[in-house]
Amino acid sequence: MVAANFRRARKGGVSIVMGPVEHQVLLRVLGEMLELVSVESGGEAEDDPLARAVGIGTATEAPEDPALARLFPDGYTDDPEASADFRRYTEPGLRSAKHERLATALSTLGEEPHKMLLDADEAQAWLGALNDSRLVLGERLGVTEDLEELISALGEDDPRLALLWVYDRLTYLQESLVQALWGGGP
Amino acid sequence: MSVAPAETVRPEEDVETDSVVVPDKPWVTIVWNDPVNLMSYVAYVFQKHFGYPKAKANKLMTDVHEKGKAVVSNGTREEMERDVEAMHGYGLWATMQHDS
Repeated sequence: MVAANFRRARKGGVSIVMGPVEHQVLLRVLGEMLELVSVESGGEAEDDPLARAVGIGTATEAPEDPALARLFPDGYTDDPEASADFRRYTEPGLRSAKHERLATALSTLGEEPHKMLLDADEAQAWLGALNDSRLVLGERLGVTEDLEELISALGEDDPRLALLWVYDRLTYLQESLVQALWGGGP
Repeated sequence: MSVAPAETVRPEEDVETDSVVVPDKPWVTIVWNDPVNLMSYVAYVFQKHFGYPKAKANKLMTDVHEKGKAVVSNGTREEMERDVEAMHGYGLWATMQHDS
């Protein structure tokens, strides 16, 4: 099977033709990511309408889920108090930006496989959505810089092998997207 | 990005005293190595967000990868908060601290 990759298109856009398997995998991954980053699932809905309107949250500590904590890390190297303040002001906006990118990726992916033609903004949304998905999968799988070592440590029947395959596909897709957006530039 | 409020008119203020104020610029943004982010992506983000030339973006990315971290920008506390927030938006593991 020849793997699909992103290609440079006109006006800063990109194109890709995905196979049915890749398409199905992405529908599922992006759908689950959308749920993960939504405020409702995090149980951190903002009660104060004014604070909500100006985008200030109540969360002052990193999320308990390590994957979410990786998406929303502390902002200060060694100052928990400043990190808490920073989180209140930035996490709601980051959350909605990530949510929006995933939603854009899902809507351009569509229900059926087709040739996707993405404009520059949609390409950026895909770049962020793929990266966030890899961060979450990588955290769940305990990915290290030596992926081969991790794979060889797993048994043949280990269910994580399938997820590692997904992770690897996402990595390949993201790399091809970076190259399509940046390759050959100054 | 925030928009500065309209300037308040303070005609009696002695403007000369402003010039002796030392600007609060000793803050740095640090990006830390992690096993997931792609090297090409990290360099791309450095060029895109900071406007660094490709060579500098690649050098900083290599520092992150090989030394475990790199100072990617410095400035006022407010500026660094914007950089750290942006890096988190890109999915990079960044923190800020007072440069000592």
